[in-house]
Amino acid sequence: MTLRERIAPYLLSLPTWLWLGLFFVVPMVTVLSVSLQTGNPDTGYALTWHFSEFWSVLKQYHVELLRSFEYGAISTLAAFVISYPMAYWIAFHGGRHKSTYLFIILLPFFVSFVIRTLSWQFILSDDGIVLGTLKNIGIVPRSTHVLSTPFAVIAGLTYNVLPFMILPLYVAIEKIDRSVIRAAHDLYAGSATAFMRVILPLSSAGIFAGFLLVFVTNVGDYVNAAILGGPGTTMIGNVIQTSYLENLDYPTASALSSILMAIMLFIIWLYARTFGTSAVEEALA
Amino acid sequence: MGDKERQATDSSGMDAAVLRGLTEPRYTRGQVLKAGAGGVGALGLTSLLSACGVSGTAKKVNAELGSKAWWAKQHKKGVLDFANWPLYIDTNHGKHPSLQQFTKQTGTKVNYFEVIQDNAPFYAQIAPTLQAGQSIGYDIVVMTDNTWQLTELMDINHWAIPLDHSQLPNFAKYAGSLVKSPHFDPGNKYTAAWQSGFTGIAYNPQQTGREITSVQDLFDPKFKGHVGMMSDNTELGSLGMLALGIDPATSTVADWHKAAKILTTQRHKGLVRQYYDQSYIKALEQGDTWITQAWSGDIYQANNSGYPHLKFVVPTEGVMIWTDNMLIPIHAQHPVDALSWINFYYQPKIAAEVADWVDYVTPVPAAKPILLHKDPAVGKSPLVFPTATIDAKVHQYYNYKNYKEFQTWNGIFNPIIQS
Repeated sequence: MTLRERIAPYLLSLPTWLWLGLFFVVPMVTVLSVSLQTGNPDTGYALTWHFSEFWSVLKQYHVELLRSFEYGAISTLAAFVISYPMAYWIAFHGGRHKSTYLFIILLPFFVSFVIRTLSWQFILSDDGIVLGTLKNIGIVPRSTHVLSTPFAVIAGLTYNVLPFMILPLYVAIEKIDRSVIRAAHDLYAGSATAFMRVILPLSSAGIFAGFLLVFVTNVGDYVNAAILGGPGTTMIGNVIQTSYLENLDYPTASALSSILMAIMLFIIWLYARTFGTSAVEEALA
Repeated sequence: MGDKERQATDSSGMDAAVLRGLTEPRYTRGQVLKAGAGGVGALGLTSLLSACGVSGTAKKVNAELGSKAWWAKQHKKGVLDFANWPLYIDTNHGKHPSLQQFTKQTGTKVNYFEVIQDNAPFYAQIAPTLQAGQSIGYDIVVMTDNTWQLTELMDINHWAIPLDHSQLPNFAKYAGSLVKSPHFDPGNKYTAAWQSGFTGIAYNPQQTGREITSVQDLFDPKFKGHVGMMSDNTELGSLGMLALGIDPATSTVADWHKAAKILTTQRHKGLVRQYYDQSYIKALEQGDTWITQAWSGDIYQANNSGYPHLKFVVPTEGVMIWTDNMLIPIHAQHPVDALSWINFYYQPKIAAEVADWVDYVTPVPAAKPILLHKDPAVGKSPLVFPTATIDAKVHQYYNYKNYKEFQTWNGIFNPIIQS
């Protein structure tokens, strides 16, 4: 191998490295650094290795932090439960209209994320088209409301990530060799057994990818809580946003961002170790 | 990082720009390159971390700036770049008649930008440029008095050019008492009011079932789950103090804690539906809230766009008044044209035209007779021309004297909104 051939891959990947360096490493280090600084925007910040910032923000905002993970986990599970049958049906029973069905699922998502969430706010409002009607015919009591509840926020989170769950699941299920399923039936496996022991494990790569995409997106989300939530549904993303943009409290925002990122990395690492590699390898075997 | 480079970073304070840049998706190429150079050239993590120390933006006063001698050296350029909030000037088929008349009379062409959505993000956007000693491209910006950002612009960083009042005879003659020498800018050294408004209470009489008169109504258990409060810390805290009979402008930290206590109780009892930004008006229109903290002009506009039943009240305990102010940022390219516009605007005829369209409190009371004749509905509206009874109930916001106070205030009221 000539020298040119040996450095070619590095040269080709150079733009990616530069991109990562400029837009990931530098901001990351800056965020970490700012979280350890004290001062204010006018007299300046100095790096004082102010580690207690981490404790004080944890003390003040641990409820929001835990809530974000709770909402993230519930919405991920809900999205999975909704998406799997859908992806399964399209893959096995979609026939020649498969791509049409997928397109129909994706269609609402061509509209901006914020607009979609605002539409839900409109639909679910107290005297809106759903609740207003139900109240007028006396099915639900006057005081019922959906907005401002944890349910509304989790439902919004679930709805907004559906394609990220359905698409990887669909790809994984679609790839399953039909003869393997026939073989399971030939070996006297009932439908349930064939599903649990063959189809589900074989689609685990899709499940893994879907969970990861959806969970990471939802834990850090702040749009759903801001638009559909109320007092008591604030997520950590909202706190970070307010600290940065409204209160100009950069150390608090940076410390919270760092903590969130660290916990996420740990969870993902644990997840990948426990289910990830083995499940994916099994599926490929 | 080389010495030369470090020096450049320290003296220009470019890192502040990078930091601010992080809070906003807007990077200029120069900042990114500089940040990149810092990252790549770092000797080790520690030195890199220290290099990220952020120098402050506070500057010494440039005594010459805005003085008589300074103004004497400035000349009319025939162009004005005016940055304002959306839907905040008279508009007719995409044109702005008041600006057109200004151009006709003075020959100055106006570029009008509706770029200010909120004080803090706009400040975050312009601060790095001002910090770098460059023009932000606007000769007039409009900022609200109840914000820390205005104090930063005027008093901390000295990024506003003192006005030359000898060129503002119309301001002296026609500006109303509410906006003359306001507490946040004694003698109107830097600012001239654009429009003002009230933060009071709005409600839907069909749902409250009674007339609302008092701030205490926001704390009435009957409206459980249907009370709208504002997510702005300053607005929320000020209301808490009005409810306790404390004047926010002269309040103390102890008062802030007292206000936070009743607001926390209000929240814990489940009264509050949500802490809203501008979206409060939609929540009221949709029936999610029955009674809410509200800005006067919004309700006036809602009344005229399909929600005539909504009402705005000036509570018996008092009402907060805020003022959006025109100011000339430092390094403005056409300061004389900016002054000329301010003076032009303060003619009752022009102020009346703007008021007729935006429906907020005009700084020129003499516009009233003109509007009474031209558009009596607006001319008679106490929300455009406050009556003496309203004037007597007006309260000013607390004026944060330094960042520490701003931080203390936020530390007390933010946990009510976000927890």
